[in-house]
Amino acid sequence: MWQLADKKYLSRLLLGTAQYPSLQILQDAIVASGAQLITVSLRRQISRETHQNDFWMAAKNLNCDVLPNTAGCRTAAEAVTLAEMAREIFQTHWVKLEVIGDEYNLQPDPFELVKAAEILTRQGFEVLPYCTDDLVLCQRLMDAGCRILMPWAAPIGSGKGIINPYALMTLRARLPEATLIVDAGLGKPSHAVLAMELGFDGVLLNTAVALAHHPVLMAKAFKDAVVAGRNAFCAGIMPERDFAHPSTPLIDTPFWHQEI
Amino acid sequence: MITICLQGNLISVEPTLLLNQFLIKQGYVENNFAVAINQKFIPRTRYAGLTLQEGDVIDIIMPMQGG
Repeated sequence: MWQLADKKYLSRLLLGTAQYPSLQILQDAIVASGAQLITVSLRRQISRETHQNDFWMAAKNLNCDVLPNTAGCRTAAEAVTLAEMAREIFQTHWVKLEVIGDEYNLQPDPFELVKAAEILTRQGFEVLPYCTDDLVLCQRLMDAGCRILMPWAAPIGSGKGIINPYALMTLRARLPEATLIVDAGLGKPSHAVLAMELGFDGVLLNTAVALAHHPVLMAKAFKDAVVAGRNAFCAGIMPERDFAHPSTPLIDTPFWHQEI
Repeated sequence: MITICLQGNLISVEPTLLLNQFLIKQGYVENNFAVAINQKFIPRTRYAGLTLQEGDVIDIIMPMQGG
């Protein structure tokens, strides 16, 4: 079990609910992933057809905790309003805070993000900000009351993996008291392994599973990857060396290197 | 009649219509939605006491898939 704010979970994998080929595959993938916390979004209802309701009924049947996001928001004011609406709908004070600053790479706007985090934490929200891997931004978010930070590995949906391991290692080293979850940009299970080996507390992803040829199998692969990476971190990874060192002892080796 | 904007569409409604009455007329009877008027969140507890005003922009949002 691990502690995430005021809750305890077995799984360190958080999964998004978008882009799956069908609701059934979405449900099966979440079950296979072992995720206990899933992200959902909010959108203006265009018609009174039941598509969105079907999704919500399916999501509720999974018995997972729900983490609503503020995807699509461009300003702190928009994000605060959406978070307030999410709290009423989902009956949770947790929010994945997203405030996007650039359309090209969907990079979070650090200034609006901190502003929104300050307002929401004052309102009693547990704010999980989706942020860049900038150390000072993360420090400001913690100053604003965030206990959990979710820096990106790479731009959303890019599947590039961790493009700046140094930055993530620095966050882990400089913010030991923060709960750190890598969010966005992971493409394959080895990326999740690396994030966990770096000492991150969890991984949040969506596209890598949803767009796999076999999402359910990929969900299982990420589940195993997160466990493997966490175990490796806890076990203590050997220091890298620039020279060879025999793994087989050479003492009393027969036939060679022996003086007669 | 007054004109308001619902989900991006202009519609005419009675001038003294309360928000809760308006929502029922529009078919919003369940609990899986939230309302913002002029980009401000309106808690459900205020629906019965809030009269719609000329030019109000009403957004009704519901859960959907997200990452």
